[in-house]
Amino acid sequence: MPMFIRLEAGVFSLAEDPFTAVGDEQSVPPGDVIISLTRFQAEGEALMGEGRAVGVRLESHEEVEALAYDLPQLAVVALAFPKFGDGRAYSYARLLRERFGFRGEVRAVGDVLREQAGYMARCGFTAFEPADGSTLEDWRRASQRFRHAYQRSSDARSPAFVERGE
Amino acid sequence: MYRYDSIDKDFLADRTAEFREQVARRLAGELSEDQFKPLRLRNGLYLQLHAYMLRIAVPYGSLNPTQLRKLAWIGRTYDKGYGHFTTRTNLQFHWIKLSDAPDIVDHLASVDMHAIQTSGNCIRNVTADPYAGATSEEIDDPRVWAEAIRQWSTVHPEFNWLPRKFKIAVTAAAKDRTAAKTHDIGLNLKRSRDGALGFEVMVGGGLGRMPYIGQTIRQFLPATRLLSYLEAILRVYNRHGRRDNIHKARIKVLVAALGREEFAAQVEAEWEKNGAGADLPDTELARIRGAFVPKSFETLPSVSETFEAARLRTPAFARFARNNLKPHKVAGYAIVEISLKAIGATPGDATSEQMEVVADLAERFGQNDIRVTHEQNLVLPHVRLDDVPAVWAALAEAGLATPNMNLVSDIIACPGLDYCALANARAISVAQHIAERFADPDRAELVGELKVKISGCINACGHHHVGHIGILGVDKKGEEFYQLTLGGSAAEDAAVGQALGPALPYDKVAEAVDTLVETYLRERQSGERFLDTFRRTGVAPFKEAVYADVH
Ligand code: SF4
Repeated sequence: MPMFIRLEAGVFSLAEDPFTAVGDEQSVPPGDVIISLTRFQAEGEALMGEGRAVGVRLESHEEVEALAYDLPQLAVVALAFPKFGDGRAYSYARLLRERFGFRGEVRAVGDVLREQAGYMARCGFTAFEPADGSTLEDWRRASQRFRHAYQRSSDARSPAFVERGE
Repeated sequence: MYRYDSIDKDFLADRTAEFREQVARRLAGELSEDQFKPLRLRNGLYLQLHAYMLRIAVPYGSLNPTQLRKLAWIGRTYDKGYGHFTTRTNLQFHWIKLSDAPDIVDHLASVDMHAIQTSGNCIRNVTADPYAGATSEEIDDPRVWAEAIRQWSTVHPEFNWLPRKFKIAVTAAAKDRTAAKTHDIGLNLKRSRDGALGFEVMVGGGLGRMPYIGQTIRQFLPATRLLSYLEAILRVYNRHGRRDNIHKARIKVLVAALGREEFAAQVEAEWEKNGAGADLPDTELARIRGAFVPKSFETLPSVSETFEAARLRTPAFARFARNNLKPHKVAGYAIVEISLKAIGATPGDATSEQMEVVADLAERFGQNDIRVTHEQNLVLPHVRLDDVPAVWAALAEAGLATPNMNLVSDIIACPGLDYCALANARAISVAQHIAERFADPDRAELVGELKVKISGCINACGHHHVGHIGILGVDKKGEEFYQLTLGGSAAEDAAVGQALGPALPYDKVAEAVDTLVETYLRERQSGERFLDTFRRTGVAPFKEAVYADVH
């Protein structure tokens, strides 16, 4: 099974990936799957009815609101980075966490580099598929680079303006 | 001025450590140039024609003497003994070695400075009125809000990978010295009738190949809600700004495509849903405000005998006083403008020695306060009138007393073909030629306020669109040509200039400016600036005069 990096209760770990990422052209294998939004809209109900966990991969041009009603049933929302400079998914992740209260896994897929680790963790991502060969240690170090943060975001960190008041 | 606390210092230390590692990985070949580029850009490091350029942030243009001395030292140690102040009130060093960059940013951090987010598609260095805290025109100190924005925008987790660069300016006076309407967001502090503090929010200004003047999307935003509102604007932009075409990626294109009302409606809807999580508590605002409480000013008579005597005795000083002093809010004080536009010099350049002279003067006579303006000059905002003659003498000795503020030789020019890989044409030497034509200070004063702005290509770093006379370098079959525009303005009456006619060759530009000025002097009615005359007569008399001359 392929591996991915997971963030749970502030701790990063390497985990085996129970999900199979399924392209629109492929037939759906047994087990837990991550499928496209289009496929989910057509087949999601049926697939979930089979008792398996289903995740949706959202491309960066797709609106996160399209998933609003389905979120309680979804195990994973995978947000795609077509290029690492395309920052739309950071907004989607925060909306998933802060506006829609999504408690499942938010996974970063695509052009996912270590330099984004800290930003991703702060915006509510909890799973990462690095495309740059980063090890667990690389990832942990990169995402914990800053001892402080200036803004409130989706993570539990106290921003500087709160720290200062303490 | 704002002093870093331990949190700010830790933050910088973490950032410089990260940057050092990134440079090491690049030098070791672990990062490709493609991967490294956005990282170095977010740390102010550009690759230019001859070398790396490091752009150092001067948040809201505010420096203390220790910082300016450190910049002078860096210029001497790692560059060629000078630096270049930019239209974003930053300081650029043009001759940097990649392997030195991590050490330089460590030195910067030792004086609470950095180069974070001075380039790249992220929120850039925030600018504010250079007269903040010194002018009676302001209704609040814009630095308080600019500092809040500095912190909020620093390594913002959601907005560090925007479609394009993003610039914010804060002003608090009716007279706009920040070019607020040419910014992605321009903020104008206001008071409501009941005395509450708030912002007029203008969005979608910007120059470049498609110039737009910012449009107001909210007349009055309660000041304490500033950051949540900015977050709403940035989120709408981050989600919906174009990413398929770099030339259409600025927020101005999104605002123009949606229309002002629709864009405003989307922002308001987002803001309402998002709540106040980003807004600073009153305690933090009070802490920041405390950093900007006025220094203690002495009670002085509004007329200084020393000053008046020097004015009568020394005509050169009198001229400096006429052009480079601005009224201070406190009697007996003045705002002193230091021109970085000596005739024949490169606009915005300062040598390390000059920086040290200014630092010394700020320490001895200026309450340790120095400002950088977007017009690429420096300001000592708090000088006693009694001390102005001594300040002037020291400036004159350092070549810093050019009495040309807002006059025709106070030119904004981008680095152009001398440094910039994107340039079509030289900008600096065009500025020098124009300044030399108006080297006679009597004539320059007779002409009065005239803003000449020069860009070496359509990216418009020299703000040519909003120059009273704008000059744009274009390439015609491998030769440098220049397109002239008239009637632009970056101030509260912001406007984009209108084309004069066919582009002119390099050696005709200064002459054409001369002709434009002569035409203005002929046409002007009492009290009119160049801009006013142009607005009244239109382009016709100017066009006629220039092209009659050329042909
Ligand atoms: S306007 Fe063009 S030539 Fe001038 S600095 Fe900007 S990109 Fe370079």
